[in-house]
Amino acid sequence: MAKVLMKGNEAIGEAAIRAGCLNYFAYPITPQSEVAEYLSRRMGEVDGVFLQGESEVAVSYMIFGAAGAGARVFTTSSSPGISLMSEAMSYIAAAQCPAVFVNIMRGGPGLGGILPSQGDYFQATKSVGHGDFRLLVMAPASVQEAVEMTMQAFPLAEKYRNPVMILGDGLIGQMMEPVEFPDHLKVEPVDNSSWATSGMDHRGSKTRNLVKSLFLDPAALNNNNLVLKAKYERMQREEVRWETYNGDGDYDALIVSYGTMSRVCRTAIDNMQAEGLTVAMLRPQTLFPFPEQAVYEAATREQCRVVISVEMSMGQMVEDVQRSVKGHRPVQWYGKCGGEVPTPEEIVEVVTESLAAN
Amino acid sequence: MAKGKTFSKPKALSDAHTHYCPGCTHGIIHRLVAEAIDDLGIRGRTVGVAPVGCAVLAYNYFNCDFQEAAHGRAPAMATGIKRVRPDLMVFTYQGDGDLASIGLGEIVHAANRGEKFTTIFVNNAIYGMTGGQMAPTTMPDQRTTTSPFGRKADEVGMPMRMAELLASLATPAYVTRQAVLRPKHINKARKAIKQAFTYQVASRCFTFVEVVSTCPTNWGMTPTDAIDWAEETLLPYYPLGEFKVPE
Amino acid sequence: MAYEHCIETERCKGCGLCVAVCPKNVLELATEVNTKGYFPAFRARPDDCIYCAICCNMCPDVAITIAASEDESA
Repeated sequence: MAKVLMKGNEAIGEAAIRAGCLNYFAYPITPQSEVAEYLSRRMGEVDGVFLQGESEVAVSYMIFGAAGAGARVFTTSSSPGISLMSEAMSYIAAAQCPAVFVNIMRGGPGLGGILPSQGDYFQATKSVGHGDFRLLVMAPASVQEAVEMTMQAFPLAEKYRNPVMILGDGLIGQMMEPVEFPDHLKVEPVDNSSWATSGMDHRGSKTRNLVKSLFLDPAALNNNNLVLKAKYERMQREEVRWETYNGDGDYDALIVSYGTMSRVCRTAIDNMQAEGLTVAMLRPQTLFPFPEQAVYEAATREQCRVVISVEMSMGQMVEDVQRSVKGHRPVQWYGKCGGEVPTPEEIVEVVTESLAAN
Repeated sequence: MAKGKTFSKPKALSDAHTHYCPGCTHGIIHRLVAEAIDDLGIRGRTVGVAPVGCAVLAYNYFNCDFQEAAHGRAPAMATGIKRVRPDLMVFTYQGDGDLASIGLGEIVHAANRGEKFTTIFVNNAIYGMTGGQMAPTTMPDQRTTTSPFGRKADEVGMPMRMAELLASLATPAYVTRQAVLRPKHINKARKAIKQAFTYQVASRCFTFVEVVSTCPTNWGMTPTDAIDWAEETLLPYYPLGEFKVPE
Repeated sequence: MAYEHCIETERCKGCGLCVAVCPKNVLELATEVNTKGYFPAFRARPDDCIYCAICCNMCPDVAITIAASEDESA
């Protein structure tokens, strides 16, 4: 499989097609408009559907309608746009339809900026929209991983009949890196004739299907929530993924970082290692389900004295790290916002200061 | 015995008793849609999209695949369905709060893109489900729970004429306003609704049927008075007819 | 051809729209409520009924149907 040098945004678009998703609805927003530009050309070549909607709100309901009709479908947007899609994600989770949302994060809050950020961690993992529901959230650290996670998102969405989010940041979208599209990641869609509004004739069925999220009867609504909850618990058992770096032996400090930020931390770790200071990193690949147990075990290793959550935000994942470490080690945050990316030197400085203080 | 007529429930309507208030003409419009679906033999490939409003429970009253939209978003959902499955017959059934207020962006753009689904727009000049608030179609001086002294046009503007608004778009479409106040209106509305679905079967264009309807409960009238009030007050402002027909 | 006019009393909500449009003034609202507490419509003067189905057309609840019945004497 020859590698192709591609921009992240375009690679994500191509990944969806290679995964067998031929339906894309979107609205332009920096820093991810290139996905739409690319697919506006490419979808025609594969007899797919491309449509630019009038707003992210409308787009998110085009996604819901298409998903409800049983089609594989996805959209991409960025932070403010994802905020506009949050209501639909709640409806799609409640109605139990598979759909993939890609958020290429930009600086916030408000109109914020157009440079990379990780400021939507809470939004993606804690409060996507109203009601008790979660998204399966995967955070790529490279364009190749963005391709693979995008391809994996479709069978996962269908496995759980729940929206799945790819949470990248502006760099993931804008970087160009060599990528390949592993054929084995293309999985045939699961049969959805039991629930999708695909047309009775199409299913050869006399019973109609209904995709809805209204449950006026409290017992029925409570039951629907229990059904969803069971799925999220299953996600926590079966889908949690993370990577460690430089963490095989003993180390004095543990960095927890994801996405592009984790790559800067790798450089910092290498630089410290060269100076004789061993620091490890745990990189969550799924943000929900969060690798709590893995973080706990990595943090409570004998020699490890401090844990630092390094994020391009004002400290959001740090709360999950604290929750995972359960007070056994001091946990602090370090990060920058607005599109400024912490440098390896800054990280080295933070780690050494933290170790000195502990 | 003089030549009489038979009359039976269309197959596309379920047996469920509707939750609509006595005399609410939603029920008539449901039947007309179901009759069109039966006449054209498309029930097996029809998907309806319900709004949020009194007609949210429309999905209980139709024997075909259905999706229930968020408030105002039915045209976007219908776009999604129709685009991925152009062979499906798709219709949205929406009230005036759903379509003309929160969902105005969605309906205007769906019409302007020429999405090949059918919209049934029930205009009863009020928010029903939430208890009688002012809608974009509420008449001047019409009292509602949020215009207790009557709608003041100099404060909140004049009522919106959706058929004319959509007919002003350049994209080919079938846009008509009907009513279900008197039997003669119902017969015309039946033809218009069937025409709309016929255009969809032929994949011709976006089709929009506004239907002037009553809301006895929230207008604070008996069902028959509501019919009279609608005829005297609504029809002059919301003229019936075909505003746009594809060439 | 003979017809059988049927009003489903449990489905009727007593809205009176049929009573108002019947060209032969056949219909009235009952004085006894149905299980839902509505006074259902009924044919007070069935002989005047011409089976024109205008009442069926006007009924928001499809509570009124007319079936063709083979029975000549009806």
